[in-house]
Amino acid sequence: MTKLGTESNPLRVAVIGSGPTAFYATDHLFKQVGLAVEVDMFDRVPTPFGLVRGGVAPDHQKIKTVTKAYTQTAAKPRFRFYGNVEFGRHLKLADLKEHYHAILYASGAQTDRRMGIPGEDLQGSHPATEFVAWYNGHPDYRHLQFDLTPERAAVVGIGNVAIDVARILCRTVDELRTTDIADYALEALSKSHVKEVYLLGRRGPAQAAFTPPEIKEVGEMADADVVVLPEEAQLDPLSQAAVASASDRSVLRNVEILQGYAVRKPTGKSRRLTVRFLVSPVELIGDAAGRVVKMRLVKNRLVASETGSLSAKATDQLEELPVGLVFRSVGYRGVPLPDVPFHEKWGVILNEKGRVIDPESKQPFVGQYTAGWIKRGPSGVIGTNKPDAVETVNCMLEDLAQDKLLLPSQPESRCVEDLVRARQPLFFTFADWLKLDEMEVARGQAQGRPRVKFTSVEEMLAALGR
Amino acid sequence: MKIQTILATKGTRVITARARQSLQDVIGLLVQHNIGALVVVDDADKPVGIISERDLIRAVARGDDLARPVSAAMTRAVIFGTPQDDLASVMKTMTEKRFRHLPVMEGDKLVGIVSIGDMVKAQLGQYQGEIETLETQIIGG
Repeated sequence: MTKLGTESNPLRVAVIGSGPTAFYATDHLFKQVGLAVEVDMFDRVPTPFGLVRGGVAPDHQKIKTVTKAYTQTAAKPRFRFYGNVEFGRHLKLADLKEHYHAILYASGAQTDRRMGIPGEDLQGSHPATEFVAWYNGHPDYRHLQFDLTPERAAVVGIGNVAIDVARILCRTVDELRTTDIADYALEALSKSHVKEVYLLGRRGPAQAAFTPPEIKEVGEMADADVVVLPEEAQLDPLSQAAVASASDRSVLRNVEILQGYAVRKPTGKSRRLTVRFLVSPVELIGDAAGRVVKMRLVKNRLVASETGSLSAKATDQLEELPVGLVFRSVGYRGVPLPDVPFHEKWGVILNEKGRVIDPESKQPFVGQYTAGWIKRGPSGVIGTNKPDAVETVNCMLEDLAQDKLLLPSQPESRCVEDLVRARQPLFFTFADWLKLDEMEVARGQAQGRPRVKFTSVEEMLAALGR
Repeated sequence: MKIQTILATKGTRVITARARQSLQDVIGLLVQHNIGALVVVDDADKPVGIISERDLIRAVARGDDLARPVSAAMTRAVIFGTPQDDLASVMKTMTEKRFRHLPVMEGDKLVGIVSIGDMVKAQLGQYQGEIETLETQIIGG
């Protein structure tokens, strides 16, 4: 047999997941000079782009333009997309090993961390990730119901996802109507009674995980005032010292914006977003029907560890916050993949620089790799996944150079297509996606929206005439 | 970014030395694994110190016998981190206090060691990511 990675014997890579990381990894493979490589990308849902489609907020269309670069990668002749095909269900690890030299897990982080407090599962208490997937029209979450009749809602957490949720709750229907939010979510939100939204941060303004554009944006909403309590906007001496010497200007910028909000007078808008600091929910309290009606909060203070990192320590001061709706957004978390070793506590695949590690021998498994959030945990912006994916692919290329990849018995794309057809006849190709995309955009144009999404597999099949 | 993000991609092996191992052994381990420091543990695997390239250079400069136990040359006053520590705070502390390796404990278990090099790499990745995101938005939009 000729050398692997040549025209007559191309390197074959299976990529699980089709979010930004999957495309950055694929792009880096295709860019290798003198390497013939075929990439087959699989996704559980029919459409590509992962959290860019299903996570990035509908009123952040600019961020979604990254998909243009991914679409260029997908146009390469040796690229194939198989949507609606689930790893572990339609195709197992053993199947992939028969057809590929390398397997790359880039399945991301789809679920959330729990708060671990009493009352967390009362009616009206939800993971923010489910609400986000719901308003973004993710096929697995479209059936969810959110009771938006309570007037007061709390979002626990203070990262960009928490801000997204709070912002969507505070937007007017007119603001949302110009986005690609799912139609059913637009309908439900148009009837929302929510007037008062709290964002609850465990630590102070200098430790907030959101980025300056996101916190600035909530000060510019059409019909919602933003409130920060002056006493909570003040920095404690530890935070002051940290901000003064911080190399990252965004921390200082966040603090400045928040302190600006603290001296703003409410302008009588009909909704209000209150950003709170140094508080942690300790319990959700329900009524007789099991619906959340209030939340008990403990006031925190900051303490420095040996390394200078500031953490929240509970005081004995408690307060109660009447809320009928709670979204927890205390971190995304990866979901284990069948037959792939997983670090339960951290929610990532066991790996070393992206090589999947056998927990027994502590050595890498041949031909198995991981990248993105399922490799390092949820951190950074979309582009952070590029250097991460490059690191992993470079490990794969090193292993290729040393002949340390899988030896598939049928390294042919035709065999994979036959197998997928047999296991999941309702698979979607990239050409299918391009047609759906065009139809979504056309439907949107008629309404002055970026697109109107198809949100169920049945709808997508029908649109494609299948 | 948290220290956990860095540890997540460093495998599950934490290379340690026993307090009674010789300095020569430790030099061998550093070379073998291409690393700059080792956590020193007692027989119950409890960390008792850290031995770095710098400690070894000092030992050699003093004319120490390399057959001596590592406990004679290690640094005993070790600063430990946790997976939840913020990268920026830790980098600042390491720069100010001039140490280059941070052993990380989760409860009473040693779960890894991060070097200043790991942190610079993570920070670089973060900056590259931000630039990449802006670039694709400008070109794509």
